[in-house]
Amino acid sequence: MTDMTDLSYVRTTDAQAKPAPVSTSGIVGWMRRNLFSSIPNTILTLIGVWLAYSIFAPIINFAFINAVWTGDNRDACLAQNVGREVGACWPYVEAYFPQFIYGRYPVEERYRVDIVYLLFALLIVPMLIPTVPGKRINALLLLVAFPIISFILLVGGYFGLPVVETSQWGGLLVTLVIAITGITVSLPIGILLALGRRSDMPIVRLLSVIFIEFWRGVPLITVLFMASVMLPLFLPEGVTFDKLMRVLIGVTLFSSAYMAEVVRGGLQAIPSGQYEGAQALGLRFWQMMRLIILPQALKLVIPGIVGTFIGLFKDTTLVLIVGMFDLLGQVQSSFTDPTWSSPSQSHTGYLFAAVIFWIFCFGMSRYSLFMEKKLHTGHKR
Amino acid sequence: MTETTTATEATAGAPRKKMEISSTDVAIEITKMNKWYGDFHVLKDIDLRVMRGERIVICGPSGSGKSTMIRCINRLEEHQQGSIVVDGIELTDDLKKIDEIRREVGMVFQHFNLFPHLTILENCTLAPIWVRKMPRKEAEDIAMHYLERVKIPEQAKKYPGQLSGGQQQRVAIARSLCMNPKIMLFDEPTSALDPEMIKEVLDVMVGLAEEGMTMLCVTHEMGFARQVANRVIFMDQGQIVEQNEPEPFFSNPQHERTKLFLSQILHH
Repeated sequence: MTDMTDLSYVRTTDAQAKPAPVSTSGIVGWMRRNLFSSIPNTILTLIGVWLAYSIFAPIINFAFINAVWTGDNRDACLAQNVGREVGACWPYVEAYFPQFIYGRYPVEERYRVDIVYLLFALLIVPMLIPTVPGKRINALLLLVAFPIISFILLVGGYFGLPVVETSQWGGLLVTLVIAITGITVSLPIGILLALGRRSDMPIVRLLSVIFIEFWRGVPLITVLFMASVMLPLFLPEGVTFDKLMRVLIGVTLFSSAYMAEVVRGGLQAIPSGQYEGAQALGLRFWQMMRLIILPQALKLVIPGIVGTFIGLFKDTTLVLIVGMFDLLGQVQSSFTDPTWSSPSQSHTGYLFAAVIFWIFCFGMSRYSLFMEKKLHTGHKR
Repeated sequence: MTETTTATEATAGAPRKKMEISSTDVAIEITKMNKWYGDFHVLKDIDLRVMRGERIVICGPSGSGKSTMIRCINRLEEHQQGSIVVDGIELTDDLKKIDEIRREVGMVFQHFNLFPHLTILENCTLAPIWVRKMPRKEAEDIAMHYLERVKIPEQAKKYPGQLSGGQQQRVAIARSLCMNPKIMLFDEPTSALDPEMIKEVLDVMVGLAEEGMTMLCVTHEMGFARQVANRVIFMDQGQIVEQNEPEPFFSNPQHERTKLFLSQILHH
């Protein structure tokens, strides 16, 4: 080592990099740092392990180890017949599966729903994968062609397809129709409302504020009741329009108000320099919004937007109270069937519904994380 | 190599190049312009005529209204009285005229204001494509030309967040030039930069000046002012207090406030 006591010092060779001490790297190091770094931490780790065990062990027991996998009716799922403790009654879910997916949609017409599901999958998957080319045409098909085709297929009445009343729809079909329509329509409305609320024009701003605060001030259940019970009273005699349509409009406007506030949060985070930079280049208002401001603002609030989507997806279950049967409603209504009545029937049904909802919501959540990472372009400004 | 031109000595002796200035062609004409922020009178009776090819440096203490004045020229700020005529077009509430002026006037900001979600190349091609309706290929060629001119063509595919401050500011200059502006406004272009990056930006600006670009620069880089300016304007409390050619301005300031200001920024 050089003698550092001298005031003047010049380094002649670079210091060598040494490997980190073993105790801070590898699995042991990780556990030591994160799980057992102190006595309170160790206690918390042990409590956590115990909690995880006491929650997950019974669930795994119920869903797999004690579960009944085959059978034709309730007899298969009764403890006295099986001779042991009975967990989930999966044959009941299997028997009711078509109902959970299609509701009371006529059996011979269900292929139409299948086509819609398939079309949606074929269009949404390439849309969500950034590397697949042809995004513009894909978006056009998904946002314009698909809704029209689905409407014709699902409702019928054209090309010799028999009409299927929306009151016969149910299960996952209703859940997805409400959720997907709500999500795709509420985002653009929300963006417009957010821009309106930040507008320089007082009338536009006032109307946006009134709209947003009205919808955020009423519970969704009230909105649904109003849409299905009160609205027909106000409509002139003879004018009816579909209950599902009314619920769709209610849900969409409701969530667009929330969306507006999320988007507004993103808009507020964009520094004024971005507006000035765009204006100084001669961009018009809508060009500036579309090319500069919104891409950044929306990227910032992806977690909030997806949070609203997930909330909307789960809120679709509320349509049960206006007499429509979404997935959860369909599961619940199957409990009245004596063929499958057993102590574990409702638990099994609820578990099934929970898993389906969880898959959709978790998927959205993961995808939003993926997009956030993908759109990250380094520091701000 | 990394010396800045902040100190007057740096370029004090540099020979000033002969530059063409039109004596009849007016680029910007500001007459009796007044502006208020609420009740606060920020700009008072501003009169300024800028000829084509002229390079003007505007200095003054902070809050003197110099940034506000040049921001009025492309309507980032609205003036309430008087008139501003840019390139023969009078600035009014008419959005078409504002757009027309903004297309001809480039602006470089203190904080660069690059678009962080777009690559350097996309930053440069955006306005030509959307405002000038230029084909993408042509816009990219022009962008690369100007990026080469500011000496960072190799960064074209990167994002602004990956560049240093000096590089970002040079991109911002290139982005403005891609619109082929007749007038360039600089609003303290080097104030947010680390000392070792100031020179690379000033060099680009000097190059622009030598080509005869009409420039208005709000800056405290007095070396730059001596080197390229035809006129230095000193503003204080919303008024133009003194203006002169750089040599007499620095060697023999007339107004008390100019003397005080110069003594403060030159002796530090």
